[in-house]
Amino acid sequence: MNKVFMSGNHCIAEAAIRAGCRCYFGYPITPQNELGEYMAANMRKVGGVFLQSESETAAINMVIGAASTGMRVMTSSSSPGVSLKQEGLSFLAGFEFPAVIVNMMRGGPGLGNIAPAQGDYFQSTRGGGHGDYRTPVLAPASVQELADLTVKAFALADAYRTPILLLGDGMMGQMKEPVVFPEPITDLPEKPWALKGRGDGPSRYQASLILDGLEMERHNWKLVRKYKEMAEKETLCELYMMDDADFAVVAYGTTARIAKGAIKRARKDGLKVGLVRPITLFPFPDKILQKVAYQVKNFLVFEMSTGQMLEDVKLALGGKQVEIAFHGRPGGVIPTPIEFSRVIHRYYRRILK
Amino acid sequence: MELLNKWPIYYKKDVISHYCPGCGHGIVHRIVAELLEEMDLGKQAYLVCPAGCAVLAYNYFDFDVIESAHGRGTAIATGAKRANPKLFVISYQGDGDLSAIGTAETIHSANRGENICVVFINNAVYGMTGGQMAPTSLIGQSTMTSPAGRSPDVDGYPLHITDIVATFPGVTYAERVSVSSPAGIKKTKNAIRNAFQTQVEGLGYSIVEVLSPCPTNWKMTPAKSCKWIDEEMVKEYKPGLLTDKREEKRKERA
Repeated sequence: MNKVFMSGNHCIAEAAIRAGCRCYFGYPITPQNELGEYMAANMRKVGGVFLQSESETAAINMVIGAASTGMRVMTSSSSPGVSLKQEGLSFLAGFEFPAVIVNMMRGGPGLGNIAPAQGDYFQSTRGGGHGDYRTPVLAPASVQELADLTVKAFALADAYRTPILLLGDGMMGQMKEPVVFPEPITDLPEKPWALKGRGDGPSRYQASLILDGLEMERHNWKLVRKYKEMAEKETLCELYMMDDADFAVVAYGTTARIAKGAIKRARKDGLKVGLVRPITLFPFPDKILQKVAYQVKNFLVFEMSTGQMLEDVKLALGGKQVEIAFHGRPGGVIPTPIEFSRVIHRYYRRILK
Repeated sequence: MELLNKWPIYYKKDVISHYCPGCGHGIVHRIVAELLEEMDLGKQAYLVCPAGCAVLAYNYFDFDVIESAHGRGTAIATGAKRANPKLFVISYQGDGDLSAIGTAETIHSANRGENICVVFINNAVYGMTGGQMAPTSLIGQSTMTSPAGRSPDVDGYPLHITDIVATFPGVTYAERVSVSSPAGIKKTKNAIRNAFQTQVEGLGYSIVEVLSPCPTNWKMTPAKSCKWIDEEMVKEYKPGLLTDKREEKRKERA
């Protein structure tokens, strides 16, 4: 397929349809409305289901219903709406149903605002809803990567039978970039566990209710084993200009893009700065960070929050003789590369003098 | 000699019921299983069971069953039916589930005219959690959370959710019945058959509200519970057909 110029929100929708997603349930919320609108215009053309639900809660439960039948299914929202979806996310994890949930984050807490922010990192990576589970999180940083990771999200969801979060922000959703889409996937995996009516076989049921404590415990550990397997096989992280770096910025998504611009500037001034960009936020690329720590002793975590991924970086580098600094712009403020290059200069000169 | 009262093929054998003596769930479960057999729908059946006493319905039903979060039955049913219209989708819900925490899902699935059947067990109380007041509790009814009796000043009035949704154009069939007597059980089976037939013909949303005894939480004997339905509950929730738009919808489709 040729290169097309597309907004992030439209791109996710198109990539999902190409990935074989045939059910979309959603509720309008800024800044991701274009995603649902694209689905409304295009899903029915491929014989799929688009339904605007009465609430986020209803949408995620419709997702559960569709996922239970074996269909590839997606919902999308932004921060306050994703809070409402947490009940369903917990059930999806308990049921072990595959589904893709998109969160184009905005400023918060509460209604906050509709500007880009990264304040939902904890909610996304810690499980978000009730109970002992996690949700794997993919964090793209370009429209092309939105397409690629959307396709990957469906594959991971099916392979590991888990809900997958695609975590972007208002900027990621609204900005337009060139993108090349993969060819539509027609060969979807078999789902022998799906409820399709018993037919001539035995009846089945799907439940997250496990009244027996020991059995529930086994289920909890089973989920943990799944996450560990994902950590081994599916962790993704980009290292940018790290070959000769003696100072590393750690950032994901939008802030990673800004950081790249800032790093280019700093490099022109002779600063040996690189970027570690986690692409999977859970599982977190802690082993990669630990390897980097052999080479680099100074880290600067950069987020559009008050410091959430910062905790994962600290956990990953616990016990290492490294300095971890933080620069955050929460609340919907988008820092510029110039601003952030000044921040890099400040820390770099202070530390490596 | 022909055995008239056969064990339904879609009802598991040799399972000990967890329902209390005199509970109405068992009767309605059996009716659902019998009808799926009689109407040859069991092979494609997909039943959503609620958070509530009937959450364990899959222990008894021998067709595909999924559990729902509290109140979300018709949202899950919507997702499943839309994803796979060949499924015969039933949402089995209680009164707290359907008319309190799941009111939005109930109203909107009904308003969309989803082609699903809702079996609504109304026992005027939260059963599984131990007998708290439900939106359907009667005025003056004493429950764990209305110990002095439900007072309209504090607790509002009994909610007639089936009557509400029966007014929607998307709701093709709505009936209120009770399983407090053999005659009521027969009517219940007929009503659920009509509801099932509505979905089979693709005519839209159907709901059957079943007034059902909960002797444990009502603190009554099973016999007295049935009497209470017939003498008290029916005054608030009058059994009968609430809407039947099947004929006009058949004409519309033709």
